[in-house]
Amino acid sequence: MTQQTPLHATHVAAGARMVDFAGWDMPVNYGSQIEEHHAVRRDAGMFDVSHMLALDLEGADAKAFLRGLIANDVAKLVEPGKALYACMLNEQGGVIDDLIVYFLSDTAYRLVVNAGTADKDVAWMQQRLAATGAAATLGVRRDLAMIAVQGPNARAKTWAAIPGAEAASTALKVFQAATLGDIFIARTGYTGEDGFELTLPADKAAGTWAALTAAGVKPCGLGARDTLRLEAGMALYGNDMDETVSPLDAGLAWTVDFKDENRDFVGKAALVANGARQQALGLILEDKGILRSHQKVFTAQGEGETSSGSFSPTLEKSIALARLPLGVAAGDAVEVDIRGKRLKARVVKAPFVRNGKALV
Amino acid sequence: MNTPNDLRYTASHEWVRVEADGTLTIGITDHAQEALGDVVFLELPEAGRSVAKEEAIAVIESVKAASDIYAPVAGEILEANQAAIDAPESVNTDAYAAWLFKIKPANPADVEGLLDAAGYEATIG
Repeated sequence: MTQQTPLHATHVAAGARMVDFAGWDMPVNYGSQIEEHHAVRRDAGMFDVSHMLALDLEGADAKAFLRGLIANDVAKLVEPGKALYACMLNEQGGVIDDLIVYFLSDTAYRLVVNAGTADKDVAWMQQRLAATGAAATLGVRRDLAMIAVQGPNARAKTWAAIPGAEAASTALKVFQAATLGDIFIARTGYTGEDGFELTLPADKAAGTWAALTAAGVKPCGLGARDTLRLEAGMALYGNDMDETVSPLDAGLAWTVDFKDENRDFVGKAALVANGARQQALGLILEDKGILRSHQKVFTAQGEGETSSGSFSPTLEKSIALARLPLGVAAGDAVEVDIRGKRLKARVVKAPFVRNGKALV
Repeated sequence: MNTPNDLRYTASHEWVRVEADGTLTIGITDHAQEALGDVVFLELPEAGRSVAKEEAIAVIESVKAASDIYAPVAGEILEANQAAIDAPESVNTDAYAAWLFKIKPANPADVEGLLDAAGYEATIG
């Protein structure tokens, strides 16, 4: 039995193609996935991301607990609403999940975790709370819905759709959030475009979705969300990293904070011992075809593997993220095995596209 | 659902048109293109290739995924549709106009084993 978000009936009524995504019945596209992709790059589109889970961590030890739980350091969050992207690691340095943590106060943080990992994440955090004896509690917020509004016109259209939103969020910098009544407005996203992620009570989701539609925001499925994040060079949990992959090998070293020598966090010892053993880079296919995940890549320095691949609607070429041997550099010519044929590809530094512009 | 009555079908979502000269023109159904989503790449068989019934002989890739296309009957490939290769999105625009390849069947009677429109619709519910 698949789970349904508070917007499920809205998607079905709109004729969306629904698929099972991590146990949730989700819209993969409404019409053309490529048109949905372009709407976000050029105007404004929205995604139901209510399958993701919000968690509220509260208590006197919340900050200390998080400093030991995740590889990025929440100590650098001092402004209320400020967000941080981080990986939660196991003792071997593998990624249990990637998440966003919002600083509300020294004793209150909100975390947003992936749908497919939500249950194991909560179990792991509860286990860590018990093991550390930290004075903090974890609130599981399945009562909330989440809508990501993304694109160059996303903020303006959100302001047109939601009374009071402009005053509440006009001053927000990127990766910062504010509260408007019971709506949490964050200037974050997973597309490489400007926009908001709105977290709101489940019973407000359908009305807000309708108001955003009326303001000219195009409903988009998870298919377009995937090609947008791939062009933006953003890692997808389960593809680009998992419990067997270190963030240092997955292009996520920038999310690991070693600055405070006195700070220990789960997985730190393994990261220090292993260092980076691979590197994450982008590929652009020069021959005809489509790159997908788990294709073998042949480089002058040895073999690597694609971790995500698809067609880039912006570049009109196939692109991929790949874990490649150390020593491979942007500009290198490599070959990718696609159904037994070796096709030519070029190594580039991700992102491929940001804020509507091709970067490669 | 758009399933023309004058075509034959396979359970693997190919349509087959029997031409006056007995050759077969093959594409994928409207239901299949709808399920695949935006088509962005086609790898079609070379003319002259001998193919077995239900052999995977072509690949269609949408933004979402790659799928095999199967030979509905045994025979020889006569031609692949270069216009479809050059404009894969034509499969989404009109799946029955954007044919993919033509086959000369080894045994013309094999066509009788294919599904009719009602039979195909029954397989996809």
